[in-house]
Amino acid sequence: MRKDYSLEKRKYIIGGFITLIVIIYIIRLFNLQIADNNLKEIADSNAFLRRTIYPARGLMYDRNGELVVFNQPAYDVMMIPRDVENFDTIAFCRTLNISVEQLRAYWADMKDPRKNPGYSSYTPQKLISHLSQEDYGRLQEKLYLFPGFFIQKRTIRQYQHNAAANVLGNIREVSASDIERDSYYRSGDYTGDLGVEKSYEPYLRGEKGVEILMKDSRGRIKGKFDEGRHDRSPSAGRNLTLSIDIKLQEYGERLMQGKKGAIVAIEPATGEILAMVSSPTYDPSLLVGKQRGKNYRALVNDSHRRPLFNRALQAAYPPGSTFKPTQALIFLQENIVTTGTAFPCYGGYVNRGLKVGCHGHASPIAVRPALETSCNAYFCWGFKNMIDKRGTKPADQLNKWKDYLVEMGYGYKTGVDLPSESRGFIPNAEFYSKSYRGANWSGNTIISVSIGQGEILATPLQIANLSALIANRGYFYTPHVVKAIQDTTLPKEFTTRRVPHIDKKHYDVVAEGMRMAVTGGTCRTANLPGLNVCGKTGTAQNPHGKDHSAFMGFAPMNDPKIAICVYVENAGFGATYGVPIGTLMMEMYLKGEISAEHKDLEQRMINAKTF
Amino acid sequence: MELRNDNKTNTSMFRSIDWMTIVLYMALVIMGAISIYAASYDFDNASIFSFQEFSGKQITWIGLSLIIGCGILLIDYRIYESYAYPIYIGMLLLLVVTIFIAPDIKGSRSWLVFGPVSLQPAEFAKFATALALAKLFSSYNFVLNHKASNYFRALIIIFLPIILILMQKETGSALVYISLIFVLYREGMSGMVLFSMVCAIAYFVITVKYSMPLIMGIPNGEFIVFVLIILVFIGMLILFCKDLIVARNIFIGYLVSIGIIYVLSLFDIQINGRIYFLSTLIAALVYTSISMFRHRIDKHLITIGFVIVSVVFMFSTNYVFNNVLQPHQQNRIKVTLGTIEDTRSVGYNVNQSKIAIGSGGVTGKGFLNGTQTTLKYVPEQHTDFIFCTIGEEHGFVGSVTVLIIYLALILRIIYLAERQRTAFGRVYAYCVASYLILHLSINIGMVIGLCPVIGIPLPFFSYGGSALWGFTILLFILLRIDASRKERRD
Repeated sequence: MRKDYSLEKRKYIIGGFITLIVIIYIIRLFNLQIADNNLKEIADSNAFLRRTIYPARGLMYDRNGELVVFNQPAYDVMMIPRDVENFDTIAFCRTLNISVEQLRAYWADMKDPRKNPGYSSYTPQKLISHLSQEDYGRLQEKLYLFPGFFIQKRTIRQYQHNAAANVLGNIREVSASDIERDSYYRSGDYTGDLGVEKSYEPYLRGEKGVEILMKDSRGRIKGKFDEGRHDRSPSAGRNLTLSIDIKLQEYGERLMQGKKGAIVAIEPATGEILAMVSSPTYDPSLLVGKQRGKNYRALVNDSHRRPLFNRALQAAYPPGSTFKPTQALIFLQENIVTTGTAFPCYGGYVNRGLKVGCHGHASPIAVRPALETSCNAYFCWGFKNMIDKRGTKPADQLNKWKDYLVEMGYGYKTGVDLPSESRGFIPNAEFYSKSYRGANWSGNTIISVSIGQGEILATPLQIANLSALIANRGYFYTPHVVKAIQDTTLPKEFTTRRVPHIDKKHYDVVAEGMRMAVTGGTCRTANLPGLNVCGKTGTAQNPHGKDHSAFMGFAPMNDPKIAICVYVENAGFGATYGVPIGTLMMEMYLKGEISAEHKDLEQRMINAKTF
Repeated sequence: MELRNDNKTNTSMFRSIDWMTIVLYMALVIMGAISIYAASYDFDNASIFSFQEFSGKQITWIGLSLIIGCGILLIDYRIYESYAYPIYIGMLLLLVVTIFIAPDIKGSRSWLVFGPVSLQPAEFAKFATALALAKLFSSYNFVLNHKASNYFRALIIIFLPIILILMQKETGSALVYISLIFVLYREGMSGMVLFSMVCAIAYFVITVKYSMPLIMGIPNGEFIVFVLIILVFIGMLILFCKDLIVARNIFIGYLVSIGIIYVLSLFDIQINGRIYFLSTLIAALVYTSISMFRHRIDKHLITIGFVIVSVVFMFSTNYVFNNVLQPHQQNRIKVTLGTIEDTRSVGYNVNQSKIAIGSGGVTGKGFLNGTQTTLKYVPEQHTDFIFCTIGEEHGFVGSVTVLIIYLALILRIIYLAERQRTAFGRVYAYCVASYLILHLSINIGMVIGLCPVIGIPLPFFSYGGSALWGFTILLFILLRIDASRKERRD
């Protein structure tokens, strides 16, 4: 047969056609399989259910091993939106005892990008949190009716004592910014808020585990992926032993009820905080579970009592006369005075038309009795002599003065292991140059700082820390509320001594002065038999109202076990509230009970209301 | 001596079999069985040979195919030529019978059930139709282009099975026979027909896919098609009519008209695109028909006709799509063209199969490690969507390998076709190639989301005895004819 060669060439067209198609398909496969990573993610979310296993959060014990904070189970309703098919909404709502409107609101919240920035229809999302045990049981039974939904077990906090809310803090759901800041968090996780829960979050939270399950096209779980080889078991958070003595803390809170203010008690030898009371306070269990949001808003909005404000370390008060021991130490160290130097006081400090009043006591007066009687004039003269010392510039002298105070823990954050600490305020020369707008200033013009008034501000924690410094005769540890962390050591800053450049002998002088204040001076109430209490009152003037009542002290004098600061706002003389409360706290801690003769005092303090 | 002679003929037949085709065939069949095992693997670790599983059954079907293949090779090749028409007619009768006695399975009546075994006659009608077509073209002095009735006879042979299979509601299988247009093309049909088909598909897709935004007051799809029609018009004048002068003048005319439109637009005068294109096309066509008498008129007439038909086609496409097709049919087309996203109903299979393939990456997740496959995310994965398994578990490398093997097989068959000394052999071989081209293009195109979902299997690969045997018979008859090509003395 004759071949038609022109037609034979058409084999190239036909062969070329299929070759072209195959090339197009290969390009398409390249795009799908190599260029497009999206499909891999979708495939994973198709097939894998990454179920997070939450670790148990670390527990908290007090210094005596008593359990303070522990966990209770909580159940969240989770869903993967794209796996959810049309389900019986009414039955769902009935199972959970909620209205359809509520469900709709939960649904809207879940999808709201502001409330839930991590929303994706491919990943597990939290619809409802904190089911009650009964709701959980009912839903668990009927869960098969609602494909795409599952229950996530978590733990929430429970508190053994209604105390120390300001120290313990609480946990809350993570916010958008938390998720942004720390890749550990996923939407719906919890994180510590306020207190130890916040500052020790990395220890407490542990490591989340993950379980990778396979689900088939109908959402049925087909077992673990790769026999669980890619799973990670959670590691529980570390338990904390607090330095807080929960009994003492509770007692302090009782004493402070009805009053605004704070108590800080420190073990001088270690810097461990034994009690940190901020009043008014709140029940920590208010900030747990379903009601948290509502209660939290109520606490935030309580602008009169401000219960969330941790006065022990956030409030900066004028320290008043509790500041005087620092002045005595500085003057002695700077050789402005010796133990024998006496200054005149006839009703106060009078110099160049300026008068700082004082109260009746013998005159002239040296350092120990000045502390005993809390003589304003003595410290004003000392301060004036230091700042206006001949041959020096006031600015240099003031900065030197300030540096001592900074070494003693004033003017900057002490570094306590709790969030939101205030630094207080100690002015330096630059501050006065600015506030006097270049005009001359001298020790005389700024004299009130020497008695803890004027610009000086300090937190009760800083004052308590000063007390510990004097108790130790020359050193202190950064105060802290956590005594031990499970399986690891405390951060170094809490075990390193901080030593101001002041000789030990000067502390002895100051301690003796403070002892005299207790035995025969301003705080005689604190004279507990056999305990050798040293103390210093403070009555801080305050432009907004009645004077603040303050007390600082430690005991026993030569083997100090407790150093304390009590600060009661608008309560008058230091001796009225500060001293009695401080005394009762020390007695309770050192003796374990209140003696019969102090029972009346105790009742009076508990019942007293100052606002 | 007699024995030795016999041996010699057997050996020569054995030697002249195209082993390359057999190797490619075996490769596809074996990879198919392995993929079916993977696609139906369900963690209970059933053996690949278990008859309870699709893979075990498929291996049985493969065994039977090899027996059938050997049988075909042993039968005298002349039988196929001599009995081509009877086989064809017998198969048509079987198709007719099937319409009436087949049970309704998912709306289609195409399966004959014999106890545990079901057969789909449509799969076997392929080789019968190929034989009949080959027989027609090998009849004495048959040249396709000599008489219009030759076309008619060829189209009858092609369309009878199409009609019967459509009556079985197996649209996909029926569509396969359209591929025989390639055979007609090879045997002399004008290339214009193929070209028109390509144009028609392109115009249709563009018109339907792009309806927004408007350009010059008409949908951008319509705009693009108008531009294409003008380009094809000018192209045909140059390449087909060799009339460079007219082409040049029309081209210049369009440049001028675009300039005018631009100037008018500066004065804020908008011209409706439809009016512009229709008026300029009419002007160009009138100009062409006036100037065509200087040349051979027939090519110019074809060109003019082509342009007119294109415009009419475009408008009728739009009309049919919007007013004749049911909404669900419109949806199906739109999903395929990607104008609407659909991951639940119509597009579910395609979406899942794209996910499965796309998740395979370069080298795949490994045998039996494909999550989408083993967790049954892709429906019909052992049959029509079997390519997903390759894509997911063996990745880009695996998918391309499979495609290349198919391409090699098809090109090999075209090569075999051209080395035949008889029209019968050649036409038959081209029929085989055409079926494979269509099956491969549609099946893979569907799985990777480039074609509409038309349920036809991937030859040699997909699960199912009927399809496998149908293709095996088709291919082995070709091998048998090819093996004896030297014995023919025409």
